[in-house]
Amino acid sequence: MAGLMSGFGSFTHAVVRALPQSLAKEALRTGSLEVDLLKAQEEHDKYVSVLKHRLGLEVVELPADEALPDCVFVEDAAVVCGDTALITRPGAESRRKETEAMKAALTELGLSIVEMTDESATLDGGDVLFTGREFFVGLSMRTNQRGAEILADAFKDYAVSTVPVQDRLHLKSFCSMAGPGLIAIGASEAAQKALKIMQQMSDHKYDKLTLPDDLAANCVYMNLPSKGDVLLHCTPEEFPESAKVFEKLKDHMLIPVSNQEKVKVDGALTCCSVLVNRKKNI
Amino acid sequence: MTTEVGSDTDVKKEPEKVPEVQQQTDQPDEPADSAASASADQPQEESQSAEAKSDQEASPSPEPSSPPAAGGQKKEKGISRFLPPWLKRQKSQSQDKPDESSAPPKQESVEVVKEEQEETNQPKEEVDGGGAVTTSTEQTEEVKEVREESRAEELQPEEKEREEEKSIGSADTQPVREEKEDESEMEEKEEEKKEEEKKEEGKKEEEKKEEGKKEEEKKEEGKKEEEKKEGKKEEEQVIQQEASVLSTLKVNKKMKMVVCHVTLLDGSQFSCEVEKRAKGQYLFFQVCDHLNLLEKDYFGLSFKDNAEQRCWLDVTKEIKRQIRNSQWQFVFSVKFYPPDPSQLTEDITRYLLCLQLRQDIASGRLPCSFVTHALLGSYTLQGELGDHDPEEHRLDYISDFQFAPNQTKELEEKVVELHKSHRGMTPAQADAQFLENAKKLSMYGVDLHHAKDSEGVDIMLGVCSNGLLIYKDRLRINRFAWPKILKISYKRSNFYIKIRPGEAEQFESTVGFKLPNHRAAKRVWKVCVEHHTFFRLVSPEQPTKTKFLTLGSKFRYSGRTQAQTRQASSLIDRPAPAFQRTSSKRISRSLDGAPVVNVSDYSQADGAGENSPALELNSDSKSQQVEVMERPNADAATSITSETAFETDGAGAPQRKSKLRVQGENIYVRHSNLMLEDLDKTQEDVLKHQASISELKRSFMEATPEPRPSQWDKHLTGSPATTLRLQTHGSAEVKPEGNEVIEVVEETVVIEEVVKAKPKSSTPEASVPVETEVKEERSLSSDSESEDEAEYHAQPPSTSISTQQIKEEPEEEQEAELSQQAPPSAIESQPSAEAADPGPAAEEEKAAQPHEEERTDKPLLTPDEAPNGHAPQGEAPPSPQTAAADEEEPHIVNGSASRVETEHLPQVICCSEPPVVKTEMVTISDTFAAQKTEISTKEVPIVHTETKTITYEAAQLDGNGDGEPGVLMTAQTITSESLCTTTTTHITKTLKGGQSETRIEKRIVITGDSDIDHDQALAQAIKEAKEQHPDMSVTRVVVHKETELAEDED
Repeated sequence: MAGLMSGFGSFTHAVVRALPQSLAKEALRTGSLEVDLLKAQEEHDKYVSVLKHRLGLEVVELPADEALPDCVFVEDAAVVCGDTALITRPGAESRRKETEAMKAALTELGLSIVEMTDESATLDGGDVLFTGREFFVGLSMRTNQRGAEILADAFKDYAVSTVPVQDRLHLKSFCSMAGPGLIAIGASEAAQKALKIMQQMSDHKYDKLTLPDDLAANCVYMNLPSKGDVLLHCTPEEFPESAKVFEKLKDHMLIPVSNQEKVKVDGALTCCSVLVNRKKNI
Repeated sequence: MTTEVGSDTDVKKEPEKVPEVQQQTDQPDEPADSAASASADQPQEESQSAEAKSDQEASPSPEPSSPPAAGGQKKEKGISRFLPPWLKRQKSQSQDKPDESSAPPKQESVEVVKEEQEETNQPKEEVDGGGAVTTSTEQTEEVKEVREESRAEELQPEEKEREEEKSIGSADTQPVREEKEDESEMEEKEEEKKEEEKKEEGKKEEEKKEEGKKEEEKKEEGKKEEEKKEGKKEEEQVIQQEASVLSTLKVNKKMKMVVCHVTLLDGSQFSCEVEKRAKGQYLFFQVCDHLNLLEKDYFGLSFKDNAEQRCWLDVTKEIKRQIRNSQWQFVFSVKFYPPDPSQLTEDITRYLLCLQLRQDIASGRLPCSFVTHALLGSYTLQGELGDHDPEEHRLDYISDFQFAPNQTKELEEKVVELHKSHRGMTPAQADAQFLENAKKLSMYGVDLHHAKDSEGVDIMLGVCSNGLLIYKDRLRINRFAWPKILKISYKRSNFYIKIRPGEAEQFESTVGFKLPNHRAAKRVWKVCVEHHTFFRLVSPEQPTKTKFLTLGSKFRYSGRTQAQTRQASSLIDRPAPAFQRTSSKRISRSLDGAPVVNVSDYSQADGAGENSPALELNSDSKSQQVEVMERPNADAATSITSETAFETDGAGAPQRKSKLRVQGENIYVRHSNLMLEDLDKTQEDVLKHQASISELKRSFMEATPEPRPSQWDKHLTGSPATTLRLQTHGSAEVKPEGNEVIEVVEETVVIEEVVKAKPKSSTPEASVPVETEVKEERSLSSDSESEDEAEYHAQPPSTSISTQQIKEEPEEEQEAELSQQAPPSAIESQPSAEAADPGPAAEEEKAAQPHEEERTDKPLLTPDEAPNGHAPQGEAPPSPQTAAADEEEPHIVNGSASRVETEHLPQVICCSEPPVVKTEMVTISDTFAAQKTEISTKEVPIVHTETKTITYEAAQLDGNGDGEPGVLMTAQTITSESLCTTTTTHITKTLKGGQSETRIEKRIVITGDSDIDHDQALAQAIKEAKEQHPDMSVTRVVVHKETELAEDED
């Protein structure tokens, strides 16, 4: 058994889900941009390809469900930490059923499943930031206090602090982990405010990587056996300034991944996968 | 029975060699010492011991009283003196009765309770000796003092009276000289009893000289005495011990010994005898010695108070006063969880930490996931069982271990699976791994307290090494790191933290939380102060080496910060002590078998105690005082405070100082009151207070900062902060015993509170000219929030003054500590305090405080006691002042300014506005509010009070206040409280133009119903004061009378 809180960013599996046709028209979005379904599909394929081929993760691909236009954003359906998977109760009513397939997949992976049965609780995985030492849960349109409490109950080893999220969909709409103890944070006022709260609430010290664009602050960090620190981040095409910031991370294997289309429906890089560290024999 | 008790005490003394001077128990082993102490304490005890001796045929005459011992006795006496003779008589009767009746446990309500507790604690120890006799002995222990006085007049008091007596008896611990005579008679009786007992148990006793031996004997004899009550058993044990002791030391008998039962981390029980007046430190060190533990500072002893709440034993204070009427049962546990256990020096320390964490985990206090439960459990197995042995370790082998609150088969299987993977790991490595994982748990080392936020929402306050965490359910909703916190305070049931303004903020903000009750608020506050001190502060720099410093070095326990502890432990140079790791199993078992038996008895006793008798008169302790106070409050209470200043050329006062010791509890109470006053429930109130305080401060600032020891007014007026500063002086005088660090913390806390009250205004005051002693003050600030300190630091150390102000603060040691810890900066606006004449206000405050205290404590005196309370001064044959003085002595604190300060603050407020009646009223209302709070507070009833202040000054009033400040040589403050009077004695020695001048300021607060003849009480007090210091002249008398006109709400 790995010691408590060791191996942050170490993953063996990724759960992803195919993009439904209904995403273009019916997916929830804070903006009003029109999604090019084909481009979105292409983006997603590349994303999965990176996970599968470039990084060598075992990727579990769930089939799309046309009745669930947002189902590609699997992150919101489950929070996995260690051997425990918390099946969420998404804040958006239309997304509640996304958890069914996720639950099945994670069960298949041998994780111990915790379900959020309390009907007063809502939680989107996009509001959950796990730093390796603790959880921050954004209290947003999609996530409420009760949902956070259940998460805290599911992961008792860790401190779970709540962070108010305003003007953004999710907590991770403007931040994410870019390395052990390294928080990527957007430059906006809202993002900086949230960071301050997180810093105040934490017993641990974090470095911050400030990115000019909030959306660029959502990146995917992994620490893989043969590759070391890996970071999936925005492309220079999308956010040139932010991409330059990422490029300063010399020790990371940097993999720009395009997310131009999915971002129109508030999809970020972390949204499209649930990463799992599943050791054999356990 | 009395004899037996005495013997017990003796025994205790023997085993525990108490270093502390205060306790006569210093060296039980040495017969001569014990005898001397006994003699000093009370002849009766001696007689008892003698009796015991006679039984054993060892008859060293304990009676010869060594002067030091006598001094100790005097100190202790405080309350007893006040007690009316008839009460004493009753006690004597009770004692006699038990003897005659073969010591029926019930008669000895207090004693019985104790006995029962003891029995429960140590059921193993059973002795053949007549149970009756044993019971009697126990009674004698508690009652001894009472006996002394009561013997002469043996009335047939009612049960209530008995109870009262008992309570008194506890107070009696401080024997009165007069009583001694009576005691001799009593002793004879006791001796007879003892002899009988001895005959029966003589053989056993001899064998039992050693506790271990005793236990064995008990086992053998236990069968015989099956019918006998547990109490009897205990008594027997005690007797045995006593006998052994007696044989060795007759004198020791005087000292009352109590058996303390300590539950260790492995679930086993450790019992040791402690002198009844022993400080917590003595017991704590006994336990640490038993455990072979050097890195003590992370650990502590706790006990359950009447409300079943865990309280930490303050090692710097007397045990008895802290536990009050609770059992002498303690739990040894980790108090400060080291954030990085790998930095601990010794494996044994880590092992003990592991045991604590296993308890925390099994009980659910330290939540963790399934995986973590399994992982930690596997390290536990590896550490305690070694490598997994398939032959030996079947699945059953772990059934005795508890790895989680709800242990499943699945978990056990997982544990075993992981255990197998640890092959080759040494126990020390396994412990280290255990800790490396456990320390990462989010709730590691977090001390949780239930509370409500300002909106009434249930939350939890978590105190940890980094600061204060706020939880709602399981979620962390806020966190205040120590550096963010400027002040910590509590008022009534409210707990406040003052937050340092953020980058964008200009003003500090205060966050308030509502605790279930006043005690809970105080508890959180104390825990915060202690954690802040321990983890946040580095060893204080001692710029100037003074006596204080020396004293300070002695302070250990709380006194040591983590940094200091690490430094100290780095010097540990001994081969790793051998110890066995086998406890986890025991934990569950022992828990089951833990001695809870006595509890039932206790509860009964407690009930009785409320009426008064049951309570052991820890008289010194607040409970009694509180009770008294309460009554007056209930009826419109009138409190009269008289201040008498004595000036003497010679310094006779100083002598007393050294002897006097402060009783921390009292101090705490005061603090709390002060705190309460300072912090009003409503922010508005607080603001008002602050405003008034600021005004006061300004006035003070204007006033000359020079210390005027004699004037209480100054002290009173002096902002609490000032008093704190004063502490330094006290420290110099203070005895070296010093483990009063904890107290210091409290003081600091108080200071902090004060600071709040004074908030901004105080800053300017800080500039007050500092005297050499300034250093001490700093400690205070340090204890409190660092920021506060900073503010205070600005102020130069007006030590001398401050010390004077501190008057109320009882503990010299504390002061010393303060000095050590506190850098000079700490010293604050002491001078300001001097300026004002807050005397009356202070008095009022005091009066108000008692009310609050009473309520909080809820120790309602039964009607029986009430009379006592009223009468006390008048009845007390010994001049009240003397009595007060005596009482004061026990409480006495040289430097204990902090307490004083707290009180002062409110006082100060009053002073600032002569008619400030409102402030006072607020205080009172607070009391009421406090009561209500418990129910469902938020409304504070307003109490109207009438205040009158009369000042008489003699022509002599050259007062230090005159032009020449003089050089303050020493300052001492002693506080004593009796049923309806609180006496604070402040002694200052000043060098003026080559001549030394000693000033003694006494502040006597008389609280009681209109029934009490205050004038008479005052006259008596003055008379006593004169008698007490015949060589001194009374230069000033200030009478402040506060009458509560009406109580709006109950």
